[in-house]
Amino acid sequence: MNEEYVLQLQHIRKEYPGVIALKDVSIEVKPGEILGLIGENGAGKSTLIKCCSGAVIPTSGKILVNGKEFTSMTPQLAAENGIAIIYQEFNNVKGLSAAENLFLGNPIRNGIIVDQKAMEKKAKEVFAQLNININPKTLVGDLTVGYQQMVEIAKAIKQDAKVLIMDEPSAPLTSAEVESMFKICRLLQSKGVSIIYISHRLEEIFELTSRIVILRDGDYITTLETDKSNVNELIRHMVGRDLTESFPPRKDCIEKDHVILELRNLTGNGDQNIDLKLRKGEILGLGGLVGAGRTELAQMIFGCAAVESGKILFHGKEILPKTPREAIDLGIALVPEDRKRHGALLEMCVKNNINMPIYPRISKFSVIDSKTEKKTAEKYKDDLRIKTPTLDQQVKNLSGGNQQKVILGKWLAANSELIIFDEPTRGIDVGAKFEIYKLMNDLVESGKTILLISSELEELMGMSDRIVVLSQGKITGELQKEEFAQDAIMKLAFSVKEEVE
Amino acid sequence: MKSTVMNTIKSKAIWFVLAFLFIGFTIANPRFISTKNLFTIARQVSMYGIAAVGMTFVILIAGIDLSAGSVITLVNIVCAYLMVKAGFGMATAVILSVLMATLIGVLNGFFVSTIGIPAIIATFASQIIFEGAAYLISGGIPIYGFDERFKVIGQGFIGPVPVPVIIMIICFGIGSFILNKSYFGRNFYAVGGNEEAAKLSGIQVGRIKYMIYSLSGFFAGLAGIVMLSRTNSAQPTAGSGYEFDVITCVVLGGVSVAGGHGFMSNVVAGVMIIGCLTNGMILMNVSSYTQMIVKGLVLLFAVGFDCLQKRKSHY
Repeated sequence: MNEEYVLQLQHIRKEYPGVIALKDVSIEVKPGEILGLIGENGAGKSTLIKCCSGAVIPTSGKILVNGKEFTSMTPQLAAENGIAIIYQEFNNVKGLSAAENLFLGNPIRNGIIVDQKAMEKKAKEVFAQLNININPKTLVGDLTVGYQQMVEIAKAIKQDAKVLIMDEPSAPLTSAEVESMFKICRLLQSKGVSIIYISHRLEEIFELTSRIVILRDGDYITTLETDKSNVNELIRHMVGRDLTESFPPRKDCIEKDHVILELRNLTGNGDQNIDLKLRKGEILGLGGLVGAGRTELAQMIFGCAAVESGKILFHGKEILPKTPREAIDLGIALVPEDRKRHGALLEMCVKNNINMPIYPRISKFSVIDSKTEKKTAEKYKDDLRIKTPTLDQQVKNLSGGNQQKVILGKWLAANSELIIFDEPTRGIDVGAKFEIYKLMNDLVESGKTILLISSELEELMGMSDRIVVLSQGKITGELQKEEFAQDAIMKLAFSVKEEVE
Repeated sequence: MKSTVMNTIKSKAIWFVLAFLFIGFTIANPRFISTKNLFTIARQVSMYGIAAVGMTFVILIAGIDLSAGSVITLVNIVCAYLMVKAGFGMATAVILSVLMATLIGVLNGFFVSTIGIPAIIATFASQIIFEGAAYLISGGIPIYGFDERFKVIGQGFIGPVPVPVIIMIICFGIGSFILNKSYFGRNFYAVGGNEEAAKLSGIQVGRIKYMIYSLSGFFAGLAGIVMLSRTNSAQPTAGSGYEFDVITCVVLGGVSVAGGHGFMSNVVAGVMIIGCLTNGMILMNVSSYTQMIVKGLVLLFAVGFDCLQKRKSHY
């Protein structure tokens, strides 16, 4: 057999009820290469790597490891054949030491007694091999995320992994940590370990990989030589079109004299003395670091956190929503940061999700008018271009961008006037992001008002009419469109307003 | 399309189990299939069935109501007490005692929703409390001597059909209506599926919980009335352990203990399976101790099946 490749996936196909996740995908991995795997969310990357690890059994196709043929993998077989995966969520036990985590499942034993010393010694060796400076006795929970990941990598190496698959490894890391992770990747590469590297961050792909495989909608699109390619080419293959501009233009639709939302000296939920005016048709960006109190502010306006003092005025009238229900009935909506946990009812279908806030309204004597229910869902599915085979599809089967659209559809059905977006494009791929931006433009152009919380500076600057920056629960500054600049925002985000009491 | 057919078969699997049991017991003892015996089963089952409607809602939101058995007992005692010792009319006594059962549900709702005690503990505590109350009121002695007409509820017939069976069918009808046609049903599924997301979608989760535990109390109360009429005497241990059978029925009917999944129609099958099993074992002279073992195993089997199903869907 062909010894040129350590891992070959041939004609992999995976069908789920109603969805084809992978159609005839073939890729090869050479020994000691770092192969980039990219594609939008829902392109099939995760399914593909799960086929390698045995977490998913392909409908058809073959997997060859060192020329040995498998029609499907099991987690056990994958490990035996040197395939290791590092998922975004680590498989570690925070209350155990680094050494114990390294030997999780098969500790070095002396009879029935665990040989702590030997494990620590072996762990030291493995860490040294990787140039990682971790004390094997440290509890994993006390390590930074970056070091926790290194323990994961060490665990894979200890099991003699020949192919290491890394799923968005840089997502939780700081830039310094990413650098050290890269070093380890290169070190492994020099020892002949192959790496499949999945990332949304294209600059990392260019820095690290030698070849790039691109998937789109479950199809294999192409493989590119990294040094002969460029970002635009990658994006074109990923989305199937050129991205001429990342933020769509919109008409000026602000009604200057029409203040929709006004916060006066609002204090509570960790925020202090927030003064804010939001005019009809405006997109107001809320900038700041994670934990600056932006989500907390949104929670107060949406009625899920208590206001201690100060006022919220909506259409000039004082309001004090105590539950989300009250806020919704006033015309306020929240698209939360954590889509899966807080936004969509994943187990329920598209139709139910869209109608959820309005069921009391479309019911007579509590009996749902199923015609209106269907019509409403149909309307927003079309308006928002939600890609789903049927309205009865469970939302968990949709891609991230489409889940976000379902949540948006719910609020449009509820006739919301003020929509608070909390990190609306987190974890959403390039193409779907652009669609969400276009929808936000459509919303303000049709007379809605948006409060946009975003940690992505480009998004904040590209979409907002005005940006207010928070730091440690206080407003530290406001920027008009012509003042927008990354460093100006960051300066405010890091500053603490000194107030003379 | 093949998978849709498979899913349909899977979601109706419980009915095949029922058919299998039916055939099995008939072969073991032909008397099982006799009209008289089938009506006996239907009547026995009716009390489980009525209480199971409320329990289905509770389990659907990932809760549990361990007080159902005690509520049944207390309704027996209180209704009998009101009729025999306090001289209330039949209708008044029935209405008051079912109202009381509903209020116990409200109380459970208060502890679970407003105070935030885990349902298993809150309803366990009220189980003990109201069992004690039943002993206290009755003094540990059965109460009997009701109006002849009271017997109709549990022992009467309309045509060939026993009245309790009709009551059960109506209850299932109401339950199915609430779950499928009213928006409350959608809210139940939403709360069971993801409480936080449900709240942020505008569902008043607290109210839903109050409503559900009250409904559970209400249906348990109805079951208590049927039981009282059937036995024609209020025993201070009447409903003891009933919650176990009711929960088994519901879980056997495929309502996921993790919340968010389940159909009222399949709970009907779950109820009938428990009924057949109990009756069939009695006909086969299986000792009541062995019956306990079998029922426990059935509960394990039902929940185990649900868990395996969940695990598969992860892949």
